[in-house]
Amino acid sequence: MFIRRTLPLLVAGFFGIATIIQFFVPHPASRTFYNMVLDWMIIVTAFTYLMAVQSTIELHTTKIKRKVEGWQYSLVVLISLGITAFIGILGGAFTPSTILMKLIPAFKPSSTSPLMYTYLYMQVPMQSTIFSLLAFYMASAAFRSFKARSFDATMLLVTAAIVTIGRVPLGEFIYKGFPEIIEWILKYPNMAAQRGILIGVELGMIATSLKIILGIERKYLGGGK
Amino acid sequence: MKFVNFINNIDKRWIYLLVALVVIIPFVFPVGCPMRITPPVQSMYNYIEDSIPENGVLLVGIDYDPSTMAELHPMAKALTYHAFYNNLRVLFVTMYPQGSGMGQDIIDKTLTQWNSANPENQKELGRDITLLAYVPGVSAVMLKMGENIPATFNEDAYGNKLENLPVMDGIKTYNNLNYMVELAGSSVVLSWLMYANGRYKMKMGIGTTAVSAAEYYSYLQSGQSNGLLGGLKGAAEYEKLITENHGYAGRKDASVGMDAQSSAHIFFILLIVLGNIVFFIKKYKEGK
Repeated sequence: MFIRRTLPLLVAGFFGIATIIQFFVPHPASRTFYNMVLDWMIIVTAFTYLMAVQSTIELHTTKIKRKVEGWQYSLVVLISLGITAFIGILGGAFTPSTILMKLIPAFKPSSTSPLMYTYLYMQVPMQSTIFSLLAFYMASAAFRSFKARSFDATMLLVTAAIVTIGRVPLGEFIYKGFPEIIEWILKYPNMAAQRGILIGVELGMIATSLKIILGIERKYLGGGK
Repeated sequence: MKFVNFINNIDKRWIYLLVALVVIIPFVFPVGCPMRITPPVQSMYNYIEDSIPENGVLLVGIDYDPSTMAELHPMAKALTYHAFYNNLRVLFVTMYPQGSGMGQDIIDKTLTQWNSANPENQKELGRDITLLAYVPGVSAVMLKMGENIPATFNEDAYGNKLENLPVMDGIKTYNNLNYMVELAGSSVVLSWLMYANGRYKMKMGIGTTAVSAAEYYSYLQSGQSNGLLGGLKGAAEYEKLITENHGYAGRKDASVGMDAQSSAHIFFILLIVLGNIVFFIKKYKEGK
């Protein structure tokens, strides 16, 4: 109980308060502490990647074992993960590693690494394609759902139409004043609304941070209802 | 009513086909609509052009992945070219593992194209430009950069010690960098604004996707950012500026896409208008 709940609460509380105090104390010892905390944060984040890999492997292995629907895709994920990690560790990230150059003399220090090849010629086209599909879905959704059903919806529709048309050169070609109208919409009504939302979000962040530091908010520990 | 029913029940695959056509046709038959430079783009350009001394340092945040590269890659390319024209040093930094590949791609392409077009002013990796190694931690990395940049990264992404690179001469903290342009389609822009700009007073500009651009007007007005490139059009405007002022003659990735984007936007508007006409006719008929 102490290790799983009390200790994390004490650690969060201590570092939260210490970091706030540090901000207002420009003493060298305070700066050393601050730099040390930053280094720790970087190290801890690096370990979260290991946890992410472990979690991915566990999730997909379970799916394969249980032969859940679409388990074949999990197999693809695990094989891709294994191959990418292998060629990355053995072959180097951007330029070929020394081991790779010894094994395959065709690889020179200036050539692109196999990992970069997989990135440029597999990941980039796949990810770009998936994202590009959004345009098709958006077109269909705009046609079917973007209707002026109420006053609010009409306002949204008219503004969206003006901004959409005015953000491209063809809009400017149709009516020269479009860029000014767009700038006005973005600079005044849009900014007023955005700023209100942002202030709300930031106040929420401060409140949540304080609750975590004081041990009131404990959901991040997991296990609770 | 027959026409209304036909439009109302149209198979979405026809819409998909039309979207594909309105995007592809302008690439084959470009129109080249005239384009005016918007103030946030001009402001960023002016700052890099007039306020950074020769051999100054431009930090470019490559915090995007292939999903948004269509909009952000041309910005990174245009900014790098602009820095080269003004003999500035360029440092790429990324908070995303995938951003490293994007940064590497930009460095490869710009160096090759620049060096073949400008044999009298060759640029070199490690001397004029480099990509800092990826270090996990986002906010911790940004804060640590304010204390000691070489100690944060130790190496560039190619495995060279930063202390041995001429591009890093005299660079210790944000104070030694002249300007930063953060390119991202996510909220990581806010972290840069909060930490690099807010805490360490780093002068900043933002390059983001068209859909996110509206979010950052507050920061333009407050002066936390002095320029904003919004989507493909922002990149195209920047390309136009370096073409007009520096005679850039390379491929204009963003400008090439502007006709396609224009026609796609017009098509979207037509779809919305048509959808609403059908909606109101149906409502009227049903009301009768």
